[in-house]
Amino acid sequence: MAEWTEKDPIVSIRDVHKYFGDLQVLKGVSLDVMKGEVVCIIGPSGSGKSTLIRCVNALNDIQGGVIKVRGIDLTDPKLDKLALRKRVGMVFQQYNLFPHKTAMENIMMAPMLVLKEQEEDVRQRARELMKKVRLEGKEDAYPGELSGGQQQRVAIARSLAMSPDVMLFDEVTAALDPETVKEVLVTIKDLAQEGMTCILVTHEMGFAREIADHIYFTDNGVIVEHGPPATFFHEAKDPRTKEFLSQIL
Amino acid sequence: MEFIAEFFRQIADDYPRWNFIWMYQPVQQGKILSGIWMTIKLSLACLALSMVIGVLGAFAQGSRNVILRSIVQGYIQFFRNTPPYVQLLFFYFALGQFTPTFSPDGWLEVPIISNVGWAIISLSFFAGAFNVEIFRAGIEAVPESTREAAESLGFSRSQSYRYVVLPLALRVSLPALNNNLVNLVKTTTQAFGIAVPELLYQSVTIWNDYPSALYPTMLLVFIVYVVLVGILVMSMSKWESSMRIPGYGS
Ligand SMILES: Nc1ncnc2c1ncn2[C@@H]1O[C@H](COP(=O)(O)OP(=O)(O)OP(=O)(O)O)[C@@H](O)[C@H]1O
Ligand SMILES: [Mg+2]
Repeated sequence: MAEWTEKDPIVSIRDVHKYFGDLQVLKGVSLDVMKGEVVCIIGPSGSGKSTLIRCVNALNDIQGGVIKVRGIDLTDPKLDKLALRKRVGMVFQQYNLFPHKTAMENIMMAPMLVLKEQEEDVRQRARELMKKVRLEGKEDAYPGELSGGQQQRVAIARSLAMSPDVMLFDEVTAALDPETVKEVLVTIKDLAQEGMTCILVTHEMGFAREIADHIYFTDNGVIVEHGPPATFFHEAKDPRTKEFLSQIL
Repeated sequence: MEFIAEFFRQIADDYPRWNFIWMYQPVQQGKILSGIWMTIKLSLACLALSMVIGVLGAFAQGSRNVILRSIVQGYIQFFRNTPPYVQLLFFYFALGQFTPTFSPDGWLEVPIISNVGWAIISLSFFAGAFNVEIFRAGIEAVPESTREAAESLGFSRSQSYRYVVLPLALRVSLPALNNNLVNLVKTTTQAFGIAVPELLYQSVTIWNDYPSALYPTMLLVFIVYVVLVGILVMSMSKWESSMRIPGYGS
């Protein structure tokens, strides 16, 4: 296998098929993401968006096609999941923080347990991350003592603590109050501007238009249409895309 | 001290059914104290071992290995659905025959597992079977999504179990665990059946020798158990409140 270089896509999804039992959820999806790119995936509910990004960090397995992250082949039966997960961070709709750990502990756990880093180094980095997601002063708060938006920013910091190359966001603002959506989006935007490679599933069209380099529209397990925001939003050709956009915009 | 002993000797003289013999006769007092001590040791050992069995068993139940899972399932079914007293007798009399012996003085052949050992093993496996179920229910209450978060951060299955799933499951399991451990402490009296010199055993020898001591000794047994179980319940609730998470649960 050729070494991965910066000229290759950092995430390469090729003709991916995914079944849950008899239900086919992904029907030949292909998509490339270059380093530093921000890609948004949009589409109606049940079209397979979550399933697709969960495949990228092997939370879901696939039944056909190939996914590679930085040259790591996810279909390899000898896949080193740990190596993959060091590279790929994931943020969930429901935050999924560890409720029995403080914000700082949530952030510090994985670097200490998984990367076996020194506690003091990790603490230092966790402090910086708390600052970065604008949560200074909340270091010792438990998730139950934080608002949804704050929890989600801790979750982002927790993923960043592993210094991933790619971040996956699955409708991370969908469970939030309208007022707190913005603070999370600002955090993601900062990240994108620093050059983090991001794959986002989102219903925030305005946000997608603003930060995406490329937008993919999925329906019923296939990518129906894609393009950079400028053309995607104004020159959609497929009737399904048009209908979806007319409903949501 | 002499005055207290004198007081109870007087009571025994005045009311022949109320012979608090272990309050004034050092030999009987020694039996009671050593009986209580044995009961405490037995209880602590069984509590600890049954918890270890519960934690490991629940972990094994989540394994992908079908054989391991069915072994655990078989174990639970056997110990949950048969009487603990019969289990105890089975362990001691049936399995006890096959355990190797050793000879400390070159004369006597002593089995390496004593009756106390068998009581601890048998009672721990009995309570452990329930603990496995209790912990499993707690583990099932931990949302799949929390486990996925740990997985996506690169936690191995055992790291995720140890640092995320178990601490959360434990909090959910505590009330049921509480009940089971209280039962376990009370069930240690069954060790009487294989002559483990715990409190009930010692008490019975006393009232067989001194029928006049029957009522006081029974009363004592009740009181000791009320106190022991009370201490257990109190420490469990201390533990529970020390594990309470701000903003989580009720
Ligand atoms: N673990 C699973 N087992 C069985 N079916 C599943 C599972 N996860 C998802 N599905 C099915 O796969 C299809 C796609 O689900 P998915 O969650 O990927 O959709 P989505 O595009 O993310 O939708 P939403 O916008 O509502 O989040 C749905 O029909 C769903 O019912
Ligand atoms: Mg989804």
